[in-house]
Amino acid sequence: MQNIAKKWEVFERSFIEYGGYERVIDGLKNTLIIALIGLCIGIFIGTLIAVVRVMPGRTRFTKVMAKILNGICSVYTSFFRGTPIVVQLLLGYYVILPLMGINLKPVSVCILIFGLNSGAYVSEIMRGGIGSVDPGQMEAGRAVGLGYWATMLKIIVPQAVKNIMPTLGNELISLVKETSVVSFVGALDLYTAFRYIAANNYEFMIPYLVMAAFYIVIVLVIALGVKLMERRLKKSDRNS
Amino acid sequence: MIEIVDLVKNFGELNVLNHITDTINEGEKVAIIGPSGSGKSTYLRCLNCLEDPTSGSIIFEGEDIADPKVNINVHRQHIGMVFQQFNLFNNKTVLDNITLAPIHIGKKNIKKQKGLSLKQRQESIKQLKLEAKENALNLLRRIGLEDKADVYPSTLSGGQKQRVAIVRALAMNPKVMLFDEPTSALDPEMVGEVLDLIKDLANDGMTMVIVTHEMGFAREVASRVLFMDGGVIAEQGTPEEIFEHPKCDRLREFLSKVVK
Repeated sequence: MQNIAKKWEVFERSFIEYGGYERVIDGLKNTLIIALIGLCIGIFIGTLIAVVRVMPGRTRFTKVMAKILNGICSVYTSFFRGTPIVVQLLLGYYVILPLMGINLKPVSVCILIFGLNSGAYVSEIMRGGIGSVDPGQMEAGRAVGLGYWATMLKIIVPQAVKNIMPTLGNELISLVKETSVVSFVGALDLYTAFRYIAANNYEFMIPYLVMAAFYIVIVLVIALGVKLMERRLKKSDRNS
Repeated sequence: MIEIVDLVKNFGELNVLNHITDTINEGEKVAIIGPSGSGKSTYLRCLNCLEDPTSGSIIFEGEDIADPKVNINVHRQHIGMVFQQFNLFNNKTVLDNITLAPIHIGKKNIKKQKGLSLKQRQESIKQLKLEAKENALNLLRRIGLEDKADVYPSTLSGGQKQRVAIVRALAMNPKVMLFDEPTSALDPEMVGEVLDLIKDLANDGMTMVIVTHEMGFAREVASRVLFMDGGVIAEQGTPEEIFEHPKCDRLREFLSKVVK
């Protein structure tokens, strides 16, 4: 017991007196930014892919176009779902961006890669969501003279998003957790901040415990937020 | 108004419509009756290309809309359609259901106009929205649902939903209205209100095509009745000819089952 009390003292000193908390706040900020903006990019890309993948074609030209786009999308999703995100980060940061001559900060690269990665997953979620909307909605939209994309974006996707809200919440949660690998390309996140504190004192137990607590709290808050949002959406379904 | 020439529709191996040729004239009220699986709904859905015909032509306003190269969206704006399952947009209020298409399409047309300044453009979009709303409220007033303008479809009864669906189609000022079994999904006590509205439209001279199981209604409203069976128009004529003096056996058999 005494030992743990001592360990705690060491951690406390390093966390508060030596300014470790500032690093943790920066790390927390980055973790949340990467996960949240990543999800936004993911929803945008995922919706685009999902809509393309269920696109019918009327003329021979649009049919061929739909096939080609479909092929591109399926290569994209199989790459991002078929490789670990660490590999994607490393490839993006050390291979693709340098080859393109683009110089980005590690955090920006992480946001980009997490967005692209999430896009692949969200596209599948969104496809399910679109499939859950009554096909009559699309027919009704087309019958009043709206085009495919207009009907999709104004009628189908909003209803699909409502249906997949809980799953999108899960996606955000896994993004938050996956951010713990961004130190591979030198970005500061929650994990990196605590590792720094731990390594500084050769004292790992308390910092990593506190780190776990941070992650759990973030995830619980997201889960609660999703629940509240779901309840509000359901309400607007029943009356208003 | 709509000329159907040698229309064929196959679903994979299954042949649903077998070389149908017919003409729907302006002001006509055509009722399509027939046993289930006879192709009535498919025929109706081919008229606005919700089902793309396998072969044949649908000539509407001088253009073959079955040709994939025509912009079908423009033509569909002039062909109103009412579904069995209403298909109101669940994520839109009643008012937005009605104004969605007029505003979206009006905006597109404004954007296409050349030589407008940004301000003029915004001004005409504002005007367009006001007009669409005014028009929608008038339509709702006509069906006595103006107090429902701001609610979502899920709170309406079936009959109310279908009447909103009908005025949603009317908001585009269609030249012809297609009804796909408009009362089949309704509770019996709500059938009357929907049929009354359709009759109202018929009296206003709207051209319409109705797939229906309501024989009494077909008889009262239709100027021509088509009896479909096995993917062809087996018999057609005035309601009197069809219901009083059926010629083919299949029609006689069908009527004996549905008319009590």
